[in-house]
Amino acid sequence: MELISKPIHELIGLLETRAISAEELVRQFLDRIDQVEPKLKAFISVDREGAIRAAKAADQARSEGRACSRLAGIPVALKDNICTKGIPTTCASKILEGYMSPYDAYVVERLRSEEMVIIGKTNMDEFAMGTSTENSAFFPTRNPWDLSRVPGGSSGGSAAAVASGEVPAALGSDTGGSIRTPAAYCGVVGLKPSYGLVSRYGLVSYASSLDQIGLLTGDVRDCAIMLRVIAGHDSRDSTSVQTEPVDYEANLDEEVAGMVIGLPKEYYGAGIDPKIMELVLEAARTLEGLGVRVEEVSIPTLDYALAAYYVIAPAEASSNLARYDGVRYGCRYDRATDSVSMFMETRGRGLGLEVKRRIIMGTYVLSAGYYDQYYRKAQQVRTLIRRDFERVLQHCDALITPTTPTIAFKLGEKTEDPLSMYMSDVCTVAANLVGIPAISLPCGMHEGCPVGVQLMGRKFDEARLLRIAYAYEQASGLQMKKAPVA
Amino acid sequence: MGLTVDDVRQVARLARVSLSDDELESFVVDLNKVLGFVAKLEELDTTNVEPTSHVVSLKNVMREDRVQPSLTVEEALANAPDRSGDYFRVPRILETDQ
Amino acid sequence: MALEDYEIVIGLEVHAELKTESKIFCGCSTRFGDRPNSHVCPVCLGMPGVLPVLNKKALEYAILAGLALNCEIAEWTRFDRKQYFYPDLPKAYQISQLDYPICYRGFVEIPVDERLGTGVRRVGITRVHLEEEAGKSVHSGTSLLDSTYSLEDYNRSGIPLIEIVTEPDLRSPVEARRFLETLKLLLEYTGVSDCKMEEGSLRCDANVSLRPKGETGFGVRCEIKNMNSFKAVETAIQREAERQAELLDAGQAVVPETRGWDETLGSTVFMRSKESSSDYRYFPDPDLVPIVVERDLVERLRGLLPEMPQQRRRRYVEELRIPEYDAVLISGSRPLADYFESVLAVYDGPAKVVANWIMGEFLRLINQRKIEIREAKISPERFAALLKLIDKGQISASAAKEVLEEAFDTGEDPNDIVERRALKQISDQDELAAIVDKVIEANPRAVEDIRSGNHKAIGFVVGQVMRETRGQANPKVVNQLIRERLGL
Repeated sequence: MELISKPIHELIGLLETRAISAEELVRQFLDRIDQVEPKLKAFISVDREGAIRAAKAADQARSEGRACSRLAGIPVALKDNICTKGIPTTCASKILEGYMSPYDAYVVERLRSEEMVIIGKTNMDEFAMGTSTENSAFFPTRNPWDLSRVPGGSSGGSAAAVASGEVPAALGSDTGGSIRTPAAYCGVVGLKPSYGLVSRYGLVSYASSLDQIGLLTGDVRDCAIMLRVIAGHDSRDSTSVQTEPVDYEANLDEEVAGMVIGLPKEYYGAGIDPKIMELVLEAARTLEGLGVRVEEVSIPTLDYALAAYYVIAPAEASSNLARYDGVRYGCRYDRATDSVSMFMETRGRGLGLEVKRRIIMGTYVLSAGYYDQYYRKAQQVRTLIRRDFERVLQHCDALITPTTPTIAFKLGEKTEDPLSMYMSDVCTVAANLVGIPAISLPCGMHEGCPVGVQLMGRKFDEARLLRIAYAYEQASGLQMKKAPVA
Repeated sequence: MGLTVDDVRQVARLARVSLSDDELESFVVDLNKVLGFVAKLEELDTTNVEPTSHVVSLKNVMREDRVQPSLTVEEALANAPDRSGDYFRVPRILETDQ
Repeated sequence: MALEDYEIVIGLEVHAELKTESKIFCGCSTRFGDRPNSHVCPVCLGMPGVLPVLNKKALEYAILAGLALNCEIAEWTRFDRKQYFYPDLPKAYQISQLDYPICYRGFVEIPVDERLGTGVRRVGITRVHLEEEAGKSVHSGTSLLDSTYSLEDYNRSGIPLIEIVTEPDLRSPVEARRFLETLKLLLEYTGVSDCKMEEGSLRCDANVSLRPKGETGFGVRCEIKNMNSFKAVETAIQREAERQAELLDAGQAVVPETRGWDETLGSTVFMRSKESSSDYRYFPDPDLVPIVVERDLVERLRGLLPEMPQQRRRRYVEELRIPEYDAVLISGSRPLADYFESVLAVYDGPAKVVANWIMGEFLRLINQRKIEIREAKISPERFAALLKLIDKGQISASAAKEVLEEAFDTGEDPNDIVERRALKQISDQDELAAIVDKVIEANPRAVEDIRSGNHKAIGFVVGQVMRETRGQANPKVVNQLIRERLGL
């Protein structure tokens, strides 16, 4: 039986009835990885032995009738900025090449407690800074649908791995769209949860007030299943909220008729590819067909979201990445004879161009004389954007927008012009600035590449958001098919 | 905008990131472009608007004063690029770091 | 002009380590002196992916310190990142407080330097805020300048600190020292910090400037660092003031600088210029949420404060009727004052008696044994029992000293010690009278001397009685009996 294109919610049943074994399952995924990795390069590390060992352990538990999680034995991949014991955590950077974290991230503890199999760590833009995974210090990942194109970023490896059938689900991180953009480009479901829902303990920080760990899956039901695993309060993260555990899967197919979805007109301006616009509006019509009321709304401050993001994110990043100084871990430039040049050369040589660019930018906007004009100003604009969204989300249950302005671009197309690369984030950054949940769903194809539609919801209202997403997915008949990887 | 090569060089020093001459030059161009782009923030009136520093409304998150297990000395030093006995070793420290 | 024509303006910046069990943002132990890097974890090592969580006790201790310094306690407080690069700073930023410190606008009173005037100087406390310690660098070679490498120990990294900043209200090196002594005493009373400069739990930097007497504007100031004792602070400020006076007298300007105190040279030396001072790029720490300080908490903590030194001193003088000198000495150490009061609680004699023994023999033994007061084995109850024995005349004062020393080391009941060592003093009149008569009979010449006016010979007779009783006779009673018997 071919298993790699089956969603987790089907694999659960097959494992439970012993129709398949976990070892068989994991081996199929490992074979798929062997088959497509040479072209795709979605993984930085694959833990073959560990995966098979964990799979066998799950089989053992089931055959002995011992209580085990229904997810036991199902493989999952992790973006390489999530700390794992026993597998290197590199953040796709030379400065952390070979780094072995002495602790597991909270989300990893949760996956292990469900006895899921951590099959490997996926490629990403270095330290999560980028929109194409071309900023990886090791190699770029390719889009499974068109190998000449980028998979999106910064969670490009995770999205490509799910889209190509290397793994049924993967964790990524999203600071300005880093889960949703690759989800859209690769044709998978990508969820950025509300800020505070998933503990950041063990996520290598890029921009602390914007980062969230999230999911890349084949369909919405899988996303709901996985969200329940990773969401939850963690006392080691001061920004982690206490919420009642929610069974996101439970009411997935409830009625959505009567819900109100806003279409913020500022997202439909110039710069969005007309074909993408068309597909997104079609998605809105599909929802209308289900009894959802779609109405145009206006979020005027949206025009300033990208500018605010590109001040706040580099500023926080410049601070969060200052610890990579070669003293306690990571690679060190060992020909320096004093501490200052050691810091400068370690970081100058160990960090990639885009990372250095953002650190310089961030340092500048925090520096004396510029803090008020840039960082403080941007955080004030952020408050205005939050108020705007709160106003609109008073009567709208969700918002519908394109996820990206274009389809996946060609490798190398935007690397010369950072600013044009930043523009790809125009539809995604607001959700991070405001802290609301946002999900990207496949809504069609264009020029052989997937197109994503984005839904954004109220804070901690993932249950409703997933219901709307599920309803659309079922009605559109566009459940993900695995990319052939030509 | 006004970022000069000297400005960028100074910021790079502050951030302890060495830049090649090529990088320095291209960064001046890139950063001026980005600063030009983000200048649009000035169009919005933010008088009396509180800056956001958190998007969660949590307050008073604290823990009890209880000792938890630490790493072993070996675990702590496991990733050290250079060590001497139980210490991390670094080349001589220049006072100007502070 | 000479130094006397200038007014010295001094402000101090003091860092004190708080005595919590665990670090400020992680659960590592704060214990001092263990193997390097044995009390570290991913958080205090600044490893990738970690996050800080505030230790509640550190906040409470900071509030207690603020209350002891008469500060206002903020209703809302938060943490900011102070960014700079140094190998002992794991995250390359220190979590500190800039815009909203936990305590502010307090004061401490010290006696004015007698050479400047009389009365009390109110020294303003601008702020008390929380921050984290950095690790410790050990430099190879004899100093930072000739070392080729440094070794880093992060046991200290993350220990909670309070930073206390004064207004520039101090006017002499002596006052600076007095401030530090008072601060140490106040913090010791609250129990939040040990304040031992020699152990590194207290550090002090000074800002010094001069202005012509009578002027109100401020002169250019220099920051002085690297002073390792209160005495060094006093001396360093003095030398710096002299240096600045010399410059100003020569018509030169004082350059704003950071200078280090060099003990061997006996002067301050240039470290770095203030122009090139660091840009710390402060911004609010996004990983820590704000603290709303409930007034209930503040009041509960205020209730936990012991009676502070000034009040205690006053009470000792006014209510207990002991001299000012005694009151100052005893209240000058919280453990000593607490011990003193514990003894008083179970002793019904005059407070002065207790004070004498505490300031005398008890303190002598503490200093001799080089221990803390809480390590002395004799309990306040047993101390009081010993005093009672003296009062009842059951032991002599010299015997009491011996008993105290033994009980100090063993904790044994003084009554038992007296029994065991047969130190009981004979005070019984009849018993002693018999012996006195015997001795008088045996020493007719001495008696003659006494009768003819040489009262010194009484001492000889007393001595003989003491010999007869092997030192156990109560000398006062003996003396009195002799006088009676001889009709004096």
